[in-house]
Amino acid sequence: MTSVVALDAVPYIRRGVKCTYDQIRESHVVLFPEGVLVLNETAASVVALCDGVRSVGEIALSLGDVYAGVEPEDIAELVARLVERRVVDVNG
Amino acid sequence: MAEAPFGLLAELTHRCPLQCGYCSNPLELVKRNAELDTESWRRVFDQARALGALQIHLSGGEPLLRPDLPELVVHANSLGCYVNLVTSGVGLSRDRLRDLAARGVDHVQLSLQDATREGNDRIAGIKAFDRKVEAAAYIREEGLPLTVNTVLHRQNLDNIAGIIAMAEEMGAERLELANTQYYGWALRNRAVLLPTREQLSVADPIVAAAQERLRGRMEIVYVIADYHEAHPKPCMYGWGARQLTVAPNGDVLPCPAATVISSLKIENVQDSSLHDIWHNSSSFNAFRGFEWMKDPCRSCPRKEIDFGGCRCQAFQLTGDAANTDPVCSLSPDRSTVDLILETEMMPSVVPAMAMRKMS
Repeated sequence: MTSVVALDAVPYIRRGVKCTYDQIRESHVVLFPEGVLVLNETAASVVALCDGVRSVGEIALSLGDVYAGVEPEDIAELVARLVERRVVDVNG
Repeated sequence: MAEAPFGLLAELTHRCPLQCGYCSNPLELVKRNAELDTESWRRVFDQARALGALQIHLSGGEPLLRPDLPELVVHANSLGCYVNLVTSGVGLSRDRLRDLAARGVDHVQLSLQDATREGNDRIAGIKAFDRKVEAAAYIREEGLPLTVNTVLHRQNLDNIAGIIAMAEEMGAERLELANTQYYGWALRNRAVLLPTREQLSVADPIVAAAQERLRGRMEIVYVIADYHEAHPKPCMYGWGARQLTVAPNGDVLPCPAATVISSLKIENVQDSSLHDIWHNSSSFNAFRGFEWMKDPCRSCPRKEIDFGGCRCQAFQLTGDAANTDPVCSLSPDRSTVDLILETEMMPSVVPAMAMRKMS
């Protein structure tokens, strides 16, 4: 069950979760208890902005400056998937 | 070429203050004088990271019994790995935990044998309960995420609600409730440990309700009692696929129980690199992919889900590690498992638990 994340929700990286770059896989990865997530470029740029300050809408705006066609709903969906994997949690 | 592993299970020692009769370590425990030294473990970590491992699980036995644990934590952390300490909690003082956290432990897995002091200490064979409760408090104070691990069996399954409550009280973010898997010590003690169908049918809904109630607060991972199931577990998510184990003496294993497959030629880190062993050894390639499978697995669509189940179980119960895991209802050897259930679930005379001890 993927829960819905609102555009004004503020995502942050959960305690005990480590974000790093893996030279072997040439990818950003998220490490957490008993799990590893290998991130694609989009997911990596979202994770990098889950700082507990910016809202989902603001993350979408920031990414819109760099990438074309960023939809806030897509960012919300990605954040929801990260919440489901217990990598990210949200305030608000 | 096989994909890179994600994790290294480093069994630093087989020595342990606890004597749990379901221990996943082999019956033939590695003695202290045969353990790898600090330098060798560092090299193993280097090689594991170079191979692609991103998680290092410092386990045992009891890893706190290694005086070089702090250095090994520093080394694993310096490689950028996620450092997971798997402990009984016995010997984990506040100072020690603080020091290990400062050196780079990211997460602690703490074992809990039962919901109560009496039950816990009976299963563990020593007075450990109070020290576990203390250890959990130190872990929480330090702000480290905590997983509580409980192995389930006939002796504690009726206390499942209490175990869940205890893990909540300890401040765990995750609780692993793993029904006993029958290898090594657990296989020897199977007639003491096998749960009854009634016990499982009472426990299952309690776990499901707790998962729902605690959603977002404490994740509960429930590992099934496979003898009672119609399909096998997806053991290790496939042989030589995601993780490798290094035993205290440097033996490199595709799964922690793999020494039971006597036909397997086990390699050692003293003789070859992890890279060479992971990619080229006969042991790691023996059951990779689907080519080794016989029917019913070979032509079964579920092979992509369960990978034919567990090789060690197939070997132990049928004598051939390439057979379908006999817990599978499609296995021609399922009757072996049914017979075990019939005779060992409620034996007329329950044998005494063989406590895990070095011979």
